[in-house]
Amino acid sequence: MMQLDNLYQEVILDHYKNPQNKALASDNDAQVHHVNPSCGDEVTLGVKLDGEKVASINWEGVGCSISQASTSIMSDLLTGKSLKEATAISEEFLQLMQSKGGIEGNPDVLEDAVALSGVSKYPARIKCALLGWMAFKDASVQAHSKEEK
Amino acid sequence: MTFDALAIRKDFPIFQRTIRDGKRLVYLDSGATSQKPEVVIAAESDFYRLHNAAVHRGAHQLAEEATDIYEGARETVARFINASIDEVVFTKSATESLNLVAYAIGNALPGNRFHLKEGDGIVVTEMEHHANLIPWQQLAARTGATLSWFEVTPEGRLDLSNIDAVITEKTKVVALTHQSNVLGTINPLSAIVKRAHEVGAVVILDACQSVPHMKVDVKELDIDFLAFSGHKAVGPTGIGVFWGKAELLAELPPFLTGGSMIETVTMTGATWAPAPKKFEAGVPNMAQAAGLGAALNYLTAIGIENIHRHEIALTTHLLAKLSEVKGLAIVGPKDMQDRGGSISFTFGDIHPHDLGQFLDSQGIAVRTGHHCAWPLNRKMGVVATTRASLYLYNTEEDCDALIAGILDAQKYFGR
Repeated sequence: MMQLDNLYQEVILDHYKNPQNKALASDNDAQVHHVNPSCGDEVTLGVKLDGEKVASINWEGVGCSISQASTSIMSDLLTGKSLKEATAISEEFLQLMQSKGGIEGNPDVLEDAVALSGVSKYPARIKCALLGWMAFKDASVQAHSKEEK
Repeated sequence: MTFDALAIRKDFPIFQRTIRDGKRLVYLDSGATSQKPEVVIAAESDFYRLHNAAVHRGAHQLAEEATDIYEGARETVARFINASIDEVVFTKSATESLNLVAYAIGNALPGNRFHLKEGDGIVVTEMEHHANLIPWQQLAARTGATLSWFEVTPEGRLDLSNIDAVITEKTKVVALTHQSNVLGTINPLSAIVKRAHEVGAVVILDACQSVPHMKVDVKELDIDFLAFSGHKAVGPTGIGVFWGKAELLAELPPFLTGGSMIETVTMTGATWAPAPKKFEAGVPNMAQAAGLGAALNYLTAIGIENIHRHEIALTTHLLAKLSEVKGLAIVGPKDMQDRGGSISFTFGDIHPHDLGQFLDSQGIAVRTGHHCAWPLNRKMGVVATTRASLYLYNTEEDCDALIAGILDAQKYFGR
């Protein structure tokens, strides 16, 4: 059971049972809907910006514990960060997911998201873990370009 | 002869391996693809080792042997579904077979019986696999024809109460699945075929989940076209079958054009070879056809009726066991009336992906997700399901391992 425990760490099950920021706001600067077509997981995610800062990430979604927990963790982690920081953290998370178990992830940067490191050994689940992060990337770019106009 | 699944398992090399640190492989995903017996693997590799040449071409012994094997496989398929040899077209997959007929119909000009125009009707069902839905959506979009469908009841059966309103005088095509890959439901074809023929429509049957599991006789069913894939019938990937009634194949325009499918060619035009060649442009998947021939011969030697009986017994057992699990909900028929060995279910708050992942850690292979039938999932009110699908090599031990795995998953995720 060792490897499976590595995938389903307590932090993940906790976020799955008690997802953070899971309630869509009505005044988002941008809102996107992303799906994982291979399994039907869905997330609707909104972003509010305050200048260059991520003021709020809020979302709704259905899916497996990995996709839901990852979105929850991401929304906690990136809120309050600058767009530049958020992008850098997202990039580091993406590298972790693509590492096939090769890296453990830096807890100083990724915080709770390092709990998802076990996902990288399960190729079929990487998309689950990235669903919310890709939605954030999309929404934040849209929100930012709107702000620049 | 008594059916001996344990002896049958010995024919399949994959059951010699173990899964996730030494666990016994419990393969319950034959609805996605079946495992392959040694005879099929040998037939495919022997083609390359001993007989490889392009069929229907070349004036040499290898080409003769390759052609004999390829056409022999066609004969085997024809016998398996009670068709005439020239009615059997090889494709690369059932998906290609269904696209072939959809595109071919779309190619039919005015005057051809298959010609579709605005106002004509195409009928499908809500329980179609995407492969038997999207080609028809696309054909409707290209021709202006109207797509309509039979709905699915909460029990997972086709609602035929409005059959005369769904299949109308305008209907030209009725395309449906024989057995749902999600629900396991076996559809009542006779009423649909009768009504379709009454209005002059053709019936196209997606038989991917039926041909490998039960006797399918195209003459008895009185359908017009049929598609199935080799890899779900213990055959190789890369080979599918498209069958049509001879007189219909004669009028159906080709889909893919090129080598092999012609009679004469000039710089400005071409005429077509008769079926099946008209629908087999290019050098076909020969080794895979050889493998499919071996696969169907293998199933025939065991007896498709025996296989069906075995699956019915196992499905009865598994349905009974699953219905005892608290919090587990079967998505599809809960009784054995017109039902095959695909069982989909949800289980409390545990998402199918998580359940599937846990079962995998126990060596149990199931399918999770929407099973390429997204509209059906929505209709049944589920985001995703876990599916166990049974075949000739499964045993009661496999079913019981699944039940134990489900109960252990509950403990694991409930922690």
